[in-house]
Amino acid sequence: MAKMTMVQALNLALRQEMEKDDGVIVLGEDVGVDGGVFRVTDGLIDQFGDQRVLDTPLAESAIVGMSIGMAVYGLKPVCEIQFSGFSYLNFHQIECHAARLRWRSQGRFTVPMVLRTPYGGGVRALEHHSESREAFWSHIPGLKMVIPSGPRNARSLLVSAIRDPDPVIFYEGKAIYRAFREEVPEEEETLPLGQPQMVQEGKDITMISYGAMMRPTLEAAKELKEKEGVEAEVIDLLTISPLDDAMLVESAKKTGRVVVVHEAPRSFGPGAEVVARLVEKAFYYLEVPIERVTGFDVIIPLFSREQSYLPGAHRILRAAKKALST
Amino acid sequence: MPRSKIDIPCHVEHLSILDETGRLDKGLEPEIPEELLLKLHRAMLLGRRFDERLLSLQRQGRVGTFAPITGQEASQLGAVAALRPSDWMAPSFREMAAELWRGRSMESVILSYAGYNEGGRADEKGTTLPVSIPVGSQVLHAVGIAWAIKYRQKDDVAMGFLGDGGTSEGDFHEGMNFAGVFQVPAVFVCQNNQWAISIPRSKQTRSETLAQKALAYGMPGIQVDGNDVLAVYAAATEAVERARSGGGPTMIECVTYRMMMHTTADDPKRYRKDEEVEAWKKRDPLIRFQKYLADKGVLSKEKTDSLEAEIQKEIQAALERSEEQMKALVDPLVMFEHAYAEMPTYLTEQMQEFKKELAAAKEENHG
Repeated sequence: MAKMTMVQALNLALRQEMEKDDGVIVLGEDVGVDGGVFRVTDGLIDQFGDQRVLDTPLAESAIVGMSIGMAVYGLKPVCEIQFSGFSYLNFHQIECHAARLRWRSQGRFTVPMVLRTPYGGGVRALEHHSESREAFWSHIPGLKMVIPSGPRNARSLLVSAIRDPDPVIFYEGKAIYRAFREEVPEEEETLPLGQPQMVQEGKDITMISYGAMMRPTLEAAKELKEKEGVEAEVIDLLTISPLDDAMLVESAKKTGRVVVVHEAPRSFGPGAEVVARLVEKAFYYLEVPIERVTGFDVIIPLFSREQSYLPGAHRILRAAKKALST
Repeated sequence: MPRSKIDIPCHVEHLSILDETGRLDKGLEPEIPEELLLKLHRAMLLGRRFDERLLSLQRQGRVGTFAPITGQEASQLGAVAALRPSDWMAPSFREMAAELWRGRSMESVILSYAGYNEGGRADEKGTTLPVSIPVGSQVLHAVGIAWAIKYRQKDDVAMGFLGDGGTSEGDFHEGMNFAGVFQVPAVFVCQNNQWAISIPRSKQTRSETLAQKALAYGMPGIQVDGNDVLAVYAAATEAVERARSGGGPTMIECVTYRMMMHTTADDPKRYRKDEEVEAWKKRDPLIRFQKYLADKGVLSKEKTDSLEAEIQKEIQAALERSEEQMKALVDPLVMFEHAYAEMPTYLTEQMQEFKKELAAAKEENHG
């Protein structure tokens, strides 16, 4: 097994799916010759040619609208929107068409496309390059919203997303693109969409997060164990929507204490839905109010202050200790 | 280094074959077999009469809001008549007559306008997309489909429809640009019906024609008399052949007129004069075509009369069938269908919850 960064693992997923299925088409701005600004599509144009890897003009709505047409025809487009901060220009095509064509045509036309896009803060970028807006997409019926947290699950989830019969928004945390490596097997590996993953079992507290926030969450869990002897159960959502809550509910019933972590703004964020589900399904098992450790309800500040905005291990730890204190 | 001119060799053609008085330019007359001429005529007449019937049904409250097509029969039917069944069509919301031509049933139109999702059900092998309401947005789908056709080395084409208002939308421009860059086998048909609800064509753009917008994207643009079905058919056939043979996309501007309201919820008297509508009545595409067919000796008054009666019967039968169907479409649970290929757990739970509520309400009603 090779040790890979998330960028390399995503590249592997794309390469292997393109080898397997000539209907898989990669398109977007700078994805061809340049290999993508983060190099996720590096080398694909050399292997598959410019009929499989399309450098498109600079127009997000067209990249997505064209992908919809391709998918309706039976291809499996994987488009890249260079930064999620520019994906609002194509929001309309996703909301009005990608997520609805199956419904509108009563199952005749489907849109098996993937929209890959980097999200989140922590890389000292310009405005519009750091936000975390997964809640927008998660609110849309007919759409799936997936966020991997590391190289190995990124690869498996991207393969599943490409094969999924429904449109998938696939957020890639910029902060974890190259931050660490994991063993990623050459042979095929998939993960089911719509299912969270148990990262570590524990009996004292449940910590729920996803994407780039899994690292500080795990760091906090480690510190809890080492310094307090607390055994935290850590769950990685992986798919934000449709959210499957069975594992979350079971864990909350077991520990009675829950912390939810994300870098998106707090109000109406994915954490709000997680809390609502736990209140609906595990209320009588909860020992203390659920803690949310999230971004604030502000635009993420420019990079000199972004670390103050992003939930770090310390904030998560404090919230966990609060949940454990009564 | 002085200021100089860059000569851009370009022009926009205007095509008119059969004018409003029924005068024909023999040199331009397309060779259309009699069978196709009569089929086109029948489709235009059906589109008109069905539109009229839908309007009366809407006024009676039997169907909801819809966008009438009256006056635009030639511009949409002339265009789709150039397609083969395996070609693709991405309609907007004012192409009912063209949709019928492409195989959609009148029942399905009635069901949709009466508020039933079932009206959107497309034939399993169908290559006509469902109606797209957000203006101009479907242009991009035609581009994607056309790209896929080219990639799969098929010789089909994709035809996307929009209106004059649609040419102001970003998706139209992005779609035209992509179509030009990727040289896809697409044809864009703009039904310039002069009005985007209350905004006249003159306030939509300063461009002299809409067709000239094609030139900026490196494709031919042609303006045709949209009430002249021969001209529309000739231009569409040329564009479709160009696309099919690898010559890339074309934009066709059909100059026509929206004889009715934008939708049945609109009152055009607030923004346009009756005289304007009256003037356009004289350019009616159906009457003009009927005169042409009569002059050609392929359509008589008797034939037209019996066709009228036949069409009314068909419409009546479709209406009765659809109203019969509606009686069976009472289950609200169908709203949970077709969201995803597989229903997610939480949605299944919501459906179960709703089922219980329905059962409880039923119980209360009986109790």
